[in-house]
Amino acid sequence: MDELLEVRGLHIEFHDHLVPETVVHDLSLSLSQGEILGIVGESGSGKSMTALAVAGLLNRHDMKKQGQILFEGRDLLSCPRSQLRQIQGRDIGVVFQEPMTSLNPVKRIGWQVEESLRIHTELTKQERYRRVVEALQDAELMEAERICRMYPHQLSGGMRQRVMIAAAFVCEPRLLIADEPTTALDVTVQAQILRLLKRKNREKKTAILFISHDLSLVRGLCERVIVMHRGRAVEAGRTEEVFEHPREAYTKALIAAIPRCGKGQKGGRK
Amino acid sequence: MHNLNMTAGSLITGFLLLAIITGIFYTPYDPEAMDASARFAGISLAHPMGCDNFGRDILSRILEGSRTTLAVALCTVAIGTVCGVLLGAFTGYYGGWLDEILMRINDALFAFPSLLLALTLIGLLGPGRSNMTAALGISFIPSFARIVRSEFLKNSKLDYVRSARLQGAGNLRIMFVHILPNTLPVLMSAVMIGFNNAVLAEAGMSYLGIGVQPPEPSLGRMLSEAQSYLFTAPGYALFPGLFIILMVLGFGLLGEGIAEKGGRHG
Repeated sequence: MDELLEVRGLHIEFHDHLVPETVVHDLSLSLSQGEILGIVGESGSGKSMTALAVAGLLNRHDMKKQGQILFEGRDLLSCPRSQLRQIQGRDIGVVFQEPMTSLNPVKRIGWQVEESLRIHTELTKQERYRRVVEALQDAELMEAERICRMYPHQLSGGMRQRVMIAAAFVCEPRLLIADEPTTALDVTVQAQILRLLKRKNREKKTAILFISHDLSLVRGLCERVIVMHRGRAVEAGRTEEVFEHPREAYTKALIAAIPRCGKGQKGGRK
Repeated sequence: MHNLNMTAGSLITGFLLLAIITGIFYTPYDPEAMDASARFAGISLAHPMGCDNFGRDILSRILEGSRTTLAVALCTVAIGTVCGVLLGAFTGYYGGWLDEILMRINDALFAFPSLLLALTLIGLLGPGRSNMTAALGISFIPSFARIVRSEFLKNSKLDYVRSARLQGAGNLRIMFVHILPNTLPVLMSAVMIGFNNAVLAEAGMSYLGIGVQPPEPSLGRMLSEAQSYLFTAPGYALFPGLFIILMVLGFGLLGEGIAEKGGRHG
């Protein structure tokens, strides 16, 4: 089995209402080493739920999960929490949408980036510090040593997202889950962050599961794409193919909804 | 520094602590030595705050008594804080049935006024300094637990906790390394207020005669003894009362100052 991540028949149901609500319905996907897979869909399509499930964060007692999430052959859904914790942070890194709140407000940046090293490695303090500085520099942050000593409120949104990326990459994970990593950022920073992710993917052979509602981002970044709608994967395939020759009506509507400037045509769904 | 509360609070508390520390090494007279010729002696150079009904030097007794009061108050707050933080952290973080059970017990304790609760406990344990401290400490747990619980409940849903979990941090690590520092501004001001209540409670208990036992001085004990001589020797009640006021005021202002500082940051 050479797939890094393989999701088989993932089914997620909420039971906090009278009628159980299915948010992800029989989803399967696979991701091999060094590949970038995009998941697109509108709000509520279940794409973030999929990301949370793969990251091992869905352990609420009022939800039911079925299927398998195999990471290097190990099922993340059924393995004990202690095993899951060893994988989290070391083999799987995650970057979320909200860089403003994803950092602990009372801890220094260096400490927070260092956290997964402290948990997963036996390195000495000096070695850890060196790795942290390297990771920050690698995330294209200037003056990494000074940033180590700063607190989150002293950084801008783009810088915080870089810090999050540095923290996600500091243990050199094999899989990065990026859940709308650029949504809260302005366009120029967005482009920089995407370039950064792409470079990481190329240099470190890190596989990336990229989740976004922004089709143009996905088109620029991902090799393969899955289109989700109401908890189901409606279309999947190579990015170019899906964008050039969409088979499903929903995908066509979604592609038509990409705003275009100056072409004088009205995009959007009818 | 324009945090007036902080400045004034530190000054008053600093002055008191200085006096108390001095009292450990030096008091003008033996606090428990009686001198029949100096009964109800007024303010003089020999006795700056006068003498009590047994001719004991009030200044010396205050220096020693503030130490007792402070020690009782500190221990009380320490018991309340440690137990309250543990309870609040687990209930707030985990929720579920553990939370329900512990918090209903907490509510039941909360329903009693804390002094009444402490009185009941002393009724069971018997009077005395250490029993009073234990009783007061236990009666302080519910309010601390409640404050800490709400902070943990709020924080455990925040994104940074999710990030920490994704870095592989375990529950205990998340609770006490990641979340606890975030609750400190709120916790510290609660501790300060709790400390004030503890000082007053100690004074109240000793005043009722179920706290510190004679001849050992404490501020409340002195007040209670002074009550009978309020008209013959008003200074006897005045000075211990003044020290209680200063202690409560100093720590109260400090608490306000800390809350203000915390509020400005976050």
